[in-house]
Amino acid sequence: MPILEHLWIIPLLPLLGSAINGLLGAKWPNKFITGIALGSTGLSFACALEAVREFLFVYYPANHQAFVKPFFDWIVAGNFRAGFDLQLDQLTVVMVLVVTGVGFLIHIYATGYMAHEGGYYRFFSYLNLFMFFMLILVLAANFVLLFVGWEGVGLCSYLLIGFYFLRKSAADAGKKAFIVNRIGDFGFMLGMFLLFRAFGSLDFQTVFAKAATWQPDAMGQFGTLTIACLLLFMGATGKSAQLPLYVWLPDAMEGPTPVSALIHAATMVTAGVYMVARSHVLFMHSPTAMYVVAIVGCATAIFAATIGLVQPDIKKVLAYSTVSQLGYMFLACGVGAFGAGIFHLMTHSFFKALLFLSAGSVIHAMGGQQDMWHMGGLASKIKVTFWCMLFGTIAIVGFAPFAGFFSKDAILFAAYQSENGGKALYGVGLLAAIFTSFYMFRLIWLTFFGEKRYDEHQVHVHESPGSMTVPLMILALLSLVGGWLAAPALWGGPNYFADFLAPVFGNAEAAGGEATNSLELTLSIVAVIAATVGLIVAWRMYSGKAARGTSTGLHKILYNKYYVDELYQAVIVGPLVWLSQNVFWKVVDVGMIDGSVNGIAHGTEALGDTVRHTQSGNVRSYAVWVIIGALVILAIIFWPLWRPTFFVATSRGVR
Amino acid sequence: MVPTNYYLILSAILFGLGIVAFVFKRNIITLFMAIELMLNAVNLAFVAFSQSLGKPDGEVFVLFVIVVAAAEAAVGLGIIILTARNRHSLNVERVDLLKL
Repeated sequence: MPILEHLWIIPLLPLLGSAINGLLGAKWPNKFITGIALGSTGLSFACALEAVREFLFVYYPANHQAFVKPFFDWIVAGNFRAGFDLQLDQLTVVMVLVVTGVGFLIHIYATGYMAHEGGYYRFFSYLNLFMFFMLILVLAANFVLLFVGWEGVGLCSYLLIGFYFLRKSAADAGKKAFIVNRIGDFGFMLGMFLLFRAFGSLDFQTVFAKAATWQPDAMGQFGTLTIACLLLFMGATGKSAQLPLYVWLPDAMEGPTPVSALIHAATMVTAGVYMVARSHVLFMHSPTAMYVVAIVGCATAIFAATIGLVQPDIKKVLAYSTVSQLGYMFLACGVGAFGAGIFHLMTHSFFKALLFLSAGSVIHAMGGQQDMWHMGGLASKIKVTFWCMLFGTIAIVGFAPFAGFFSKDAILFAAYQSENGGKALYGVGLLAAIFTSFYMFRLIWLTFFGEKRYDEHQVHVHESPGSMTVPLMILALLSLVGGWLAAPALWGGPNYFADFLAPVFGNAEAAGGEATNSLELTLSIVAVIAATVGLIVAWRMYSGKAARGTSTGLHKILYNKYYVDELYQAVIVGPLVWLSQNVFWKVVDVGMIDGSVNGIAHGTEALGDTVRHTQSGNVRSYAVWVIIGALVILAIIFWPLWRPTFFVATSRGVR
Repeated sequence: MVPTNYYLILSAILFGLGIVAFVFKRNIITLFMAIELMLNAVNLAFVAFSQSLGKPDGEVFVLFVIVVAAAEAAVGLGIIILTARNRHSLNVERVDLLKL
C-alpha cells in the first residue's frame, strides 16, 4: 500500500507547488507556473485516487475500520498529544476526491481565466496553498490538525478574496471574511477546549469512542456534549456561511471567479458541514444541538434564497444560492441524515462549481460585466457555456435525473420524516426549492435569452478558450451523473451512496425502509412540481421584454438583503468602532499605555536633571559624599548598640 | 603596656584630621598629604589590633597598605605634575573638567 502508508504526499504536493510558484514564480513565464500548479494538483489527485483504491479494496476489506496513521508528534504536553495524524475513511474518501478532483478541474479552468491577469504566479501559489490546507482539513485525524486546515483555508480565502487588493472593495471583503470567520472560530476553539476537558483527548477516535458510551442529553438539556456541539456548530456557521454569520460570503465574490467556484462554493464553505458530519457521534448525543443545526440550516436556506431572488449581479445570485444550499446540508445533518448532507455536499460541489465557472465564462465573454441587466440573448453566442450553465441550473433546481434531484430529494425526505416539527422543516425546505428554481431560471433568462441589453460595439462576445470549456463540460457531466449512486433507492433498490458511508455514520442514518418508498417517490414528485412552479414563474416574468423593476416594498427589502449588513453595521460594527476610537484609542492607548511609558521617561529625565547637580566635578565634594555614605553605613551598623545601651556598649568595648 | 583604645583614639583623631584637611584644603599636594594621613591612621589601628589580639594579620596588612600607598604616591605625583604644567595651578577647584 505505497500511497496509503504515505498519505502525507497528497497534501504535500500542492504545498510544494505553492512554495515553488510563490518563491520562484515571479519572474517565470506563465507556462512554467501553469505546469507547476497543474502538475502538483494533478499528481495530488492521482495520489488521492490511488490511496482511495488501496483503502477501499485492500485495507478496508481486511480491517473494517478507518485508516489512521500518526506521522509525527506535533504538540505533546502532559497527557495531551496532538500529532500530525492523517485519517482515511469513507467520509474522507468523498471529501478528498471532491477537493482534489474539482480542485484540479478548477485549476485547469483558472489557467484560461487568469491568463491575462497580473499576479498569475501569486494566484496559483495561493490556490495551491488552499488545496494543501483543505486536504489537511479533511485528512486530519484530530480536532487540532483539523483546526490547522480550518484556519489555513480561511487565510487562503482572505488572500484570494483580496487578490485584486488595489480595489478597496476587494480588500474590505477579504477583511470582512476573515473577521466574521474569527467569530465562528472563537466558538470552535471553545468547543475544542470543552471536548478536551471532557475526554482528555482531541483525537477523533478517542473522543468519539468515549462520547458514544455517554448517556445522550435529553431534548432541552444543556449538558457538556450539547454545549460543545453548539460551540462547534458556531464555528461551522462562520466557515459555512450560515445565519447569522453568512454575511461574508456574498462579499467574497470580489475574488476572481475560479476562487468563488473552488473556495466559496465547492470546498471550503462545506468544511463546516464536513466537521458536523465528522462529529456526528457528538451531535447524535445532543438532540438540542441537532435541532438548532436543523433550524439554522432551514432558516438559512429560505433566507438566502429569498435574497437571491432579486439580485442583479450574476455572481451574487450564485453566492446566495450557495448559502442557501449550505443551509440544506445543515438541515440534513440536523435531522440526522448525515449521509444525505454529504451527498448534497458532493453534488453541490459539482453543480455549483459548474455554475460559478460558467458564470465566469459569461463574465469573460462580456469583458468583465457582471450585471445581468446588461446581458441577455447570449445563448446563441456562447453555446458551450450556455449548455453547461443550463446543466448546472437543472442540477441545482432538482429535475430528474440530474444530481441535485437525488441529493435534495434525500434531504427533504429526511426532513419530512424527522421528529420535532419535521413537516415544518420540510415545508420551508420545499419553499426554498421553489425559490431556488425561480432565481436560477431568472438567471438563465436574463443572461441567455431575451433582447440584448449591452452595446455590441463595445462588448465583443466570444466563447472562452478550451482550457475553460473542457472543465465546464466535465463538471456538466458530473452534475448529470453525480447523483445516480442514490438513484436505485427511488424504486426500492439500495442507495449506494448511503451504503458507502454507512461504516462512518453507522446507525446514525435513518434507514428509509421498504414501507416509505412510496412516500419518497411522492415527495420527489412534489419537489419536481415545486421546481416546475419556480421555472414557470421565472419564465412568465423574464421571458418577455424584461426590464429592471422599480424597487418598492418587499422587493426593496430583498434587494437590500434585509438590511442585515446595515443592521450589523449599526449594532455591532458602529459601537465597536466608537468604543475603540473613543475609549480604547484615546483613553486606554493614548492615556494609559502611552501615558505610562512616556511618564516613566519624563520622570526619569526630571530625576536625572535634579540629581546631576551632585556630579559637580569637584573632587572634594565627592569626598564629602563618601564621608556621608560612610557615616550612614556606620550608623546603620551601630544602630542597635546606640539606643539605651550606648554607654554600656562602649564601656564593654573598652574592656 | 599602653591600652589598645588609646591607639584607637589616636588613630580616629588622625583620621578625622585627614578628612577635615581633605575637605577644606584646596591645594592638591595638601589633599595628597591628607590622604596619606588617613592611610597611616588606619595603619595605626591595624597595628594596635594586631598587638592586642596577638596575631600578625594586621601587621601584614600594614605592609600591603604601605606598598599600595607608595604606588599611589608615584602615580598621584605624576598626575599632579602634569596638572600643574597644564593648568599652572594646584587648586583642585579648577580641576573639574568632568563636571556635567
